[in-house]
Amino acid sequence: MQTGAPDLGDPDFAIRASRVEVAYGKQTVWSDATFDVRRGEFVAVIGPNGAGKTTLFRLLLGLQRPLTGSLTVFGATPRRGNDRIGYVPQRHTIDNDTFVAAQALVHLGIDGTKWGPGFSGRAHREASLEALGAVGATALGHKSLGQMSGGELQRVFLAEALVGKPDMLLLDEPLSNLDIRRARELVEVVHGLVASRGVTTLLVAHDINPLIECLDKVIYIANGRVASGLPETVLTSSSLTELYGVPVEVLRDSRGNIVIVGGENPHEKVVA
Amino acid sequence: MSFSWNIVTDLRAMWQWAFMRNAFEAGGIASIMAGIVGYLVVLRRSAFATHALGHGGFSGAAGAVLFGVNPLYGLLLATSAGGVGMALAGQRATTRDVEIGTILAFMLAVGLIFLSLYQGYASEAYTILFGEILGVSASEVLLMLEVSVGVLVALAFLYRPLLFSSLDPDVAEAKGLPMTALGVAFMLLVAVAISFSVTVVGVLLIFALMVTPAAAAVRLTQRPVYAVTASVLLALASTWLGLTLAWFASSYWPYPENHFPASFFIVTIAFCVYVAVRLGLWVAREWVHPSVPVVSSEVPAVSETG
Repeated sequence: MQTGAPDLGDPDFAIRASRVEVAYGKQTVWSDATFDVRRGEFVAVIGPNGAGKTTLFRLLLGLQRPLTGSLTVFGATPRRGNDRIGYVPQRHTIDNDTFVAAQALVHLGIDGTKWGPGFSGRAHREASLEALGAVGATALGHKSLGQMSGGELQRVFLAEALVGKPDMLLLDEPLSNLDIRRARELVEVVHGLVASRGVTTLLVAHDINPLIECLDKVIYIANGRVASGLPETVLTSSSLTELYGVPVEVLRDSRGNIVIVGGENPHEKVVA
Repeated sequence: MSFSWNIVTDLRAMWQWAFMRNAFEAGGIASIMAGIVGYLVVLRRSAFATHALGHGGFSGAAGAVLFGVNPLYGLLLATSAGGVGMALAGQRATTRDVEIGTILAFMLAVGLIFLSLYQGYASEAYTILFGEILGVSASEVLLMLEVSVGVLVALAFLYRPLLFSSLDPDVAEAKGLPMTALGVAFMLLVAVAISFSVTVVGVLLIFALMVTPAAAAVRLTQRPVYAVTASVLLALASTWLGLTLAWFASSYWPYPENHFPASFFIVTIAFCVYVAVRLGLWVAREWVHPSVPVVSSEVPAVSETG
């Protein structure tokens, strides 16, 4: 169902969504979502658990189709195996008996989908070293994945996503399991990539505070609906009250940190 | 003949017998195949699936014996069917234990009824269970060679997507790899590798040839190519050393009618290698050099959950 949006192929836009509805089985996850992401923007995808943040990524990766509405990624219908997207899925753990060097995983970011025998030559080695370097993980190349801390792993996964030189990065909850300092370090790395390479980046997060200073846009998913815009426009009491349909208050502390009170459950404090 | 401490003379004495030469060749072929397949088995966390396939394959062999067919065909059919079933039952290894156990129990029950219905002493069944590497014929060695070349060619074609889908399934799927087809193809390769390796150690002990050397190898090196090589070398060492020990142990054994089973020595050596690797690395880490085998890095390893 095409609705409006005549300039779907506009080169300024990385993502255009118009009245998108998505369902999981027969259950609508969210609907009537209209938003866009410009090239080179750093976007946070925020919302409570189970709101459908990962579902948005699955749509963009072509792993799932919208029920209605139109969605384009770089002017084309999303498709599985799009080389222009680098993806870091949400991971709960990696078993500590995974005895594989980080560099081998980053290599697979280049040639993991290639069939037939092949040896990674000098070009691949340089590309993976460059990717590890870009995320500040040069020293981790020979370290085993199972021996890494959460912050080290996220850097390696980021390098794996980056090594194919994507135009868009989709990062699902990379900051969960990280302490505040490590989270801020990783955000700096990602922000640096957005700034230096112009990679359009969507980052799913629970806590917006480590991100808030570098964001261009917020996509807020809650209550089956999607709101998007500048952080200072979306993260306000009135806009979130409208989104949730119940009174929500956005509080700010003296350093600009945000606390969202209310949400779906009036007895529960939601830290967005 | 007895052991002379002159290795050349000893090997010559052993290899003057055709059945020993066949055994070394069959064991070598099976070890190379099992060592390579085993690395991916360990990486994909399919060790239990492999173990179950071997055991469950016994039902097919027993059925073939009952119906007067070559047990190898029954074994192939049962392991392949079981492997495809497991691959389709669940993609994620962590959720597969229950499904695999269920399939395994059913296959063993079927094997039991076949064995009970068979009239007479099922020596073939015993051979399938524990292996009979000293009874391999030259034509069987040739067949093993052909099959293993096929398995290795298939693995060379699938290697990188298999590695990718094992290490990082979510990303591999998003990048367009056919995950279910890869899972099925891999389990079929495991089934074929098991079926043509059982002559060496038998279905009950196949774990020791296909998983134990690979499990030791991944702890020795973190680069996949080196790990595969180490896995093959450890499997080869276990098999050939085990055969040699069985040969010379039998020569000291006063009862010629029952020789020492080679499987015992092969599996025991594989076990000892595994224990030695674990112990050696533990000693290296705790006592000698605290940074082995973890390569030191500038980033401090802060304890973080996750």
